[in-house]
Amino acid sequence: MLLWYRLAVYFFIVNMEETEKNSEKKSKPSETVIHIKGLKKSFGSNDVLKNINLDVKRGENVVILGKSGTGKSVTIQCIVGTLAPDAGEVTVFGEEVASLKERQLKELRMKIGFLFQGGALYDSMTVRENLEFPLTRVLKLKDQGEIDRRVEEVLDNVGLSDAIDKMPSDLSGGMRKRVGLARTLIVKPEIMLYDEPTTGLDPITSREISELILQMQKKYKTTSIIITHDMECAGITADRVVIMRDGEYTAEGSFEELKKSKDEFVRSFF
Amino acid sequence: MEEQVIPGWKKWFEGSGDQIIFLKGFFRNMFRGGFEWSEFVRQCYEIGYKSFMLVGITSFIMGLVLALQLRPTLVNFGALSMLPKSLAVSIVREIGPIITAMICAGKIGSGIGAELGSMKVTEQIDAMEVSGANPVQYLIVTRILATTFMVPVLTLLGDVLGLLGGFIAINITSSVSVMLYFNKCLASIDFTDFLPAFIKTIFFGFIIGFVGCYKGYNSNRGTASVGLAANSAVVTASLWIFVIDAIVVQVSSLLFYR
Repeated sequence: MLLWYRLAVYFFIVNMEETEKNSEKKSKPSETVIHIKGLKKSFGSNDVLKNINLDVKRGENVVILGKSGTGKSVTIQCIVGTLAPDAGEVTVFGEEVASLKERQLKELRMKIGFLFQGGALYDSMTVRENLEFPLTRVLKLKDQGEIDRRVEEVLDNVGLSDAIDKMPSDLSGGMRKRVGLARTLIVKPEIMLYDEPTTGLDPITSREISELILQMQKKYKTTSIIITHDMECAGITADRVVIMRDGEYTAEGSFEELKKSKDEFVRSFF
Repeated sequence: MEEQVIPGWKKWFEGSGDQIIFLKGFFRNMFRGGFEWSEFVRQCYEIGYKSFMLVGITSFIMGLVLALQLRPTLVNFGALSMLPKSLAVSIVREIGPIITAMICAGKIGSGIGAELGSMKVTEQIDAMEVSGANPVQYLIVTRILATTFMVPVLTLLGDVLGLLGGFIAINITSSVSVMLYFNKCLASIDFTDFLPAFIKTIFFGFIIGFVGCYKGYNSNRGTASVGLAANSAVVTASLWIFVIDAIVVQVSSLLFYR
């Protein structure tokens, strides 16, 4: 009897230690969630990505800067698996994206939110239907009460509760981006990829969107990669800035560090 | 010269391969769980109900014109009593299906090509894909099945309205009762007239949906490619309609009219 009692206590303690280890592992802030090594991608004779190496830690906001056509968007498309790399590896949550099967890739994409430049709202659907779409098709939620609650909550977070029954064509550029952001955040992704989130907006709305990105990152505790040309957006959102030149990363550091860089190309961004 | 020919063939083979992969994707997603019933019904409404007026008016006029054109010829042969039979056979076997299919290729095929092309340009399809949703199941399967289902329905309605147009044309010059006219029409067509014609409209519907979806879904980025997708959807679907028509007529001739 005593033996059984001791065995039970032993397994209970081992189990507790294991749980603690796992929870530590999950919340460990220095855990690398995106790992890119030697990434190369060409389109015909145009070598867009020549040798990209990047590690993004959990909870970090990384801003990628670079001239147009240097492969910033191609990098995040490789992360989400819509483009296959020619060489090198892209690992997200320890899984190599290029080697994933369709179902595994779908599961991975459920953890990644992607905000497109124009918001990419489904223009035949209202704002409500746009927000319901990932809940019913991706998370397969059936309970209409739960769906309504999540839609209202996320719209409230982006400050657009009044626009719930509007069509995308009735929204301004800034509102579309907010709804686009709400649609990606509604499934509570662990990683957010922003493709030029403030392009085409006036300076005031750009600042609002940048601050919203930061607020949402804190609220939903996401890891983010933000591609932008907008230095104000980079200044507000970045924990770390990476600068791309001719398909390679040329400089890396905090916004303030790079601002004081001696490299003329790096300084030209600021 | 040879260098110019080879890339053309290579492109053609690549395109054919792409279409086969697209077709495989359609069938795989069709039998996968989670069929989008609400989107299918919406597409049936968009494709069928909203095309009904156009198909109906065109078929009615075609029947009317056909009767007016046939009448003098039949009078010359002393075979005016054959007019309802001629009208019924030509409308049910050929004119109804072809006219309906061509109108649907123009209206529905171009609509699907332009809609999906525009969704591609504005990154809506990419947004669906990266969110983990299945754009093929939501956009492609529903549209192709809706055209496959609705084109035969529209053809049946077109046939009835075409015959009605013929009745009006006959009544301009002589007096025939509706019952007598439609009795003569129905008596002159049988199962072997109706079945091959009906089956080919299923293929017409499928090809209109498939070509529209393929061209739109695989269009390039840029606004010009939306127009190009719509245009090539109509041209390719129209060409395929005639090819399918020729094949079905040959096969049905061998099976039923020997």
